[in-house]
Order: sequence, then C-alpha cells, then structure tokens
Amino acid sequence: MSVTTVFEQILDREHVYPFMQAGRHPNIDASHNVLLYLEGISVSFDGFKAINDLNLYINDGELRCIIGPNGAGKTTMMDIITGKTTPDSGSAWFGQTINLLELDEPAIAQAGIGRKFQKPTVFEFLSVVENLELSMEGDRGLWSIIRGKLSGEQRDHLHHVLDMIGLGEQGALRAGSLSHGQKQWLEIGMLLMQRPRLLLVDEPVAGMTHQEMDRTAELLISLAGEHSVVVVEHDMDFVRNLAGKDRTVTVLHQGSVLAEGTMAQVQDNRKVVEVYLGE
Amino acid sequence: MLIMNALKGDRGGQILLGVLLVLVIAVPLLNLMLPPDHLLHIPTYTVTLMGKYLTLALLAVAVDLVWGYLGILTLGHAAFFALGGYAMGMYLMRQIGDRGVYGNPDLPDFMVFLNWDALPWFWSGFDQFWFAALMILLVPGVLAFVFGALAFRSRVSGVYLSIITQALTYALMLAFFRNEMGFGGNNGLTDFKELLGFDLQSDVTRLGLFVASALALALGYLLCRVLMAGRLGRVCVAIRDAESRARFIGYRVENVKLGVFTVSAMLAGVAGALYVPQVGIINPGEFSPLNSIEVVVWVAVGGRATLYGAVVGALVINYAKSYFTAELPEVWLFALGGLFVLVTLLLPRGITGLLRRKEASA
Repeated sequence: MSVTTVFEQILDREHVYPFMQAGRHPNIDASHNVLLYLEGISVSFDGFKAINDLNLYINDGELRCIIGPNGAGKTTMMDIITGKTTPDSGSAWFGQTINLLELDEPAIAQAGIGRKFQKPTVFEFLSVVENLELSMEGDRGLWSIIRGKLSGEQRDHLHHVLDMIGLGEQGALRAGSLSHGQKQWLEIGMLLMQRPRLLLVDEPVAGMTHQEMDRTAELLISLAGEHSVVVVEHDMDFVRNLAGKDRTVTVLHQGSVLAEGTMAQVQDNRKVVEVYLGE
Repeated sequence: MLIMNALKGDRGGQILLGVLLVLVIAVPLLNLMLPPDHLLHIPTYTVTLMGKYLTLALLAVAVDLVWGYLGILTLGHAAFFALGGYAMGMYLMRQIGDRGVYGNPDLPDFMVFLNWDALPWFWSGFDQFWFAALMILLVPGVLAFVFGALAFRSRVSGVYLSIITQALTYALMLAFFRNEMGFGGNNGLTDFKELLGFDLQSDVTRLGLFVASALALALGYLLCRVLMAGRLGRVCVAIRDAESRARFIGYRVENVKLGVFTVSAMLAGVAGALYVPQVGIINPGEFSPLNSIEVVVWVAVGGRATLYGAVVGALVINYAKSYFTAELPEVWLFALGGLFVLVTLLLPRGITGLLRRKEASA
C-alpha cells in the first residue's frame, strides 16, 4: 500500500477499515456452494470400523437431516468434524481453504462450527445471559478474557438471540433451573452467539414434549439459510417435519452413506427399509 | 475502580478486609501501648501465632482459586508454599553471616558441617533481598507453569491430576531430605537472625511481619476477587461445570487452567515466604502430602468458591489445632477428621454457607 493511498484513507471519513467490520469469518470460501467436505473418511476403534469411507457434502445454507440406526457413526462423524477425534484416513475441509484435520476443538469452534451435544450441556451455575455472553464470538485469549466487556452491538445481538430461543423472560435465571427443553434451546442459543456458519445439532428433541418439538423445528428451519444446519435425529416425525418435501435427508449405516434424497425418496429406498425393518 | 466493582456485592470480602484493617491497627497498639499485665494486652507470642495463621489463610485462598473456581483438586499446593518458604529461608541463612555456630562468614552452618568448601551455584544471589523476593514468586510460578503445561495439555484431570500433584509434593519432600541437595537436608534451614537488618527476635519485627502477612492476605484476596469477578471468573466456573462445552465454544481450556494455576502457585509461594520468618524454620516436612490435604480440608470447611470462606476455614481449623494440640494432643486428629465428616454431611457449602443462606432467605 503506497503512502498516498494510506493518506487518502485517513482523509476519507467514510472509509471502513477491515478491522472495523464485524467478524464474518472472511477466510471461509464457500464459492462452490459447498460448505463442508468430508471425503473418504475412515476411523476405527480397537478394530471396530465406526466410520467407513464416508463421503458427505453440506451445501452453504442448507438444512440437512441425518438419520441412521444406533451405531451408524453419527456421533463419531460429529466428533471428527469438531476435532475431537482424528480419522485414520480421509480429508475434511470447511469451505475451500480450511483443513479441519489440522485444527483442534477451540480453533474449529472459532472458525465457525458450532456443536450441540446430545445431552443438553449448559453452564448450570451461571445465569442464562451469562451463558450466552460467554459464548459470544470474539477473542478467546487469556488477556481479553480478563478484561472482557460487552460492546453495545454485542449486547443487541445477545438480546436478539435471547428472544429467538424464546427465553427473553428468563435471562436472569440460573441455567440450572431451566426445564429440559429450555436448556436445549439455550444451548442452541449459545451456538448462535458465536455466529457460526455451520451448526451441528445432535438429537435436539430427545425428551421434549410435542409442543416443544414443534417450536424446535421452527427454530431450526428459521436458522437455515443464514447458517448451514446439520441435524442428527432419531425421531422420524420430527425429521419428516424438518425435511418437508424438498430438503435432503442422509441415511448413515455402518459408518457410510446408505442413501441420500428427499424424505419420500429415502423412505421408498429398499436398502433403507431393510436396514430399519430387518430382512 | 476495578476493585470497587469487584467488591460490590461481596459481603464476605468486605467484612474480611474490614477485620484485617482493624487487626493491622489494633494489634500493634494493644501489644506496644499496654503494660504486659493489662487484660487487653496481646503478647508477642500471640501476635506471631496470628501472623502465622494469616499466611496459612493466604495459602487457603490460593487453593480455593484453583479448586473452588476451576475444579482442580490440587493436593500438592503445600509444595509451592514450601518452595516460597525455602527461597525466604535461603535469604535468611545468608543474613546470618559469621554469627553461626562455626563462625564461617561465607557458608551456612550445615555446609561447614558437611565439609563443603564453597557455596553451591544455586545459592548465589540469595544474599540480596530483591533476588530472594523474585525467586519467591518465580520458583513456584515456573514449577507450576511447567507442571501445569504438561498436565493440562495432555488433559489430565479429576482424580488423576490430584494424584500427580500428591506425587509432585512427595517427590520434592524426598529430594529436599537429601543432604546432597544443598538445602540443609533433614534439618532444613533455621537459626535465622535478621530480616532486612531487623532482629527477628524483637517485638517490633514480629509486629511488622504480622502486618505484612495481613497486607499480603488482603492484597492476595483482592487479586483473586478482581480476577474472579470478571469474565475470567465465569469462564472458570464454566470450565469447572462443563469443560467440553467450554472447549467447543472456543475456549482454550488448557491456557485458562495454566494461567490461574500459576497465579495460585505464586500466591502460595508468597504465603510460604511470610510463614518462615515467623516460625523460624523451614524443613522438608512442609512438603509432606498431609499438609496439602489439610489445606483442602480448610477450604471445604470454610466454603468453596467464595475465597473468604477459605480464610475462615483456615483460621478456625488452625486455631482449633493450636488449642487441641496444646490441651488434648491425642484428640486433635479425631477432631479434625470428625469436623471434616460433619461439614461434608451437614454443611456442603461450608461454614460461610450458613451465613449466605441467611442472606438469601432474608
């Protein structure tokens, strides 16, 4: 950059410097419309092949449901994407440029992948607002944690998320005193505070009432578009509700993809019927 | 400003600091101004005893920081305390000069006794107070940093971490027992004469040490409170309650643990350094695994994750210990064990938990 351009920038009152822009993970390159690439991934534990040559592509902004019988490798797949487990072979890329296999859990979280656990995991001792505040995107260095303060924009984002997950009234309550369903929503809210590009949601409606399930489905559908959402779920009614007529559903079986298509296509697939109903 | 914010709503801390302020003013007055036969006169022996308790309270605060807030059950914090104590002891040994039994101006007595003819390299510098003061912070800090880096990076936690902290302090105890280590072996370091030119036997020096201990406790408390009142405190609690969640929202759990653990070890070192001149001796017994466990009992009895609870626990139990070991020596261990069982069963939030429950219901 030449001296004159710097000078012009300083004189230009309207100039927006890169560091002034809100963090939108500029280095995620989803220009080919695919956000997550998993290719040829295998991993085995003590000789048992949990994931076997898995190939999966998630498009930017799509809502994808993943179903499969117990032991199909759904949770192991999430462990690989979030850096908890390292695969024996294969590659995992986030956009065109980020190699997930080179990063650890905090780095992957900061790159823009949020993960919800099967069992709702929130910081029970802290208030709902504090839970969200801790999950706020931003520098996680020790020094900035010590000095940490919220800006006005961050506060707005926090209240936006609080309303979105339907806990606007409960902000000051301890997270430990919430109901099971509310904890699940709070955890989703914590993921949203990080402004992730990709949300991995593991069995979000386990133990929920029908009413709560419907609200959860609404919430997840409203998130798709701005975020890519991957939902792993057992409950078929819920998946049917989420996938609607034209969203893609992936069936995992013995660590690899058995079938992929709309809910109707998948349900008619003979191999899927065999796996679910037996020979 | 920062301190005011941190103390807002911290009733226990306000009371603690108020009491310390009163002690710092009243104790020297009652000791120096009143005649020895006066009812309210505080004998120097009691002043030193109180000063000793305050240093132990600081050690308890350090343990509460890592156990109460971060959930790291450390059973080796007495090691950092003892290392700080040894650093101070080495300085005090060098101050003896030629007033030792053998009258050797260059070598401490035990080295003359072992027929050593020169000071080992790691004793150089300890004739300077500033160097000793630096080592009081650095030696425990560096050990905690290296130990913590190894343990936390490899994600050792829970009971396994407790066991290796025990092993750490036990290994150090065995090492310091050896004469070849050059720290006085079994007998440790003792027979101190003066500190910064003040006679350690004089009443004024003892009062000064008491005031210094009270100030160190107050400052240590404030440091911990300021750290834990901000976002760091919430991150710590988050790690304590759901470590993997904290990791998956992007916190480097190892770094937070390492930082807090190191600060805590340095506080323990300062406590040890103030303890040694008041009791007049430091020996490898201070590394004993039992000592570290006892500190954890103080914190549990006082109330975890409150900081002031640690102070209350340390003072109550150590006072009881002094009383019982003088009056009914064979009862003490039973009393300590019984107290621990009772508190765990009946008062899971410690003695100060009673106070807070009252506040909450009011």
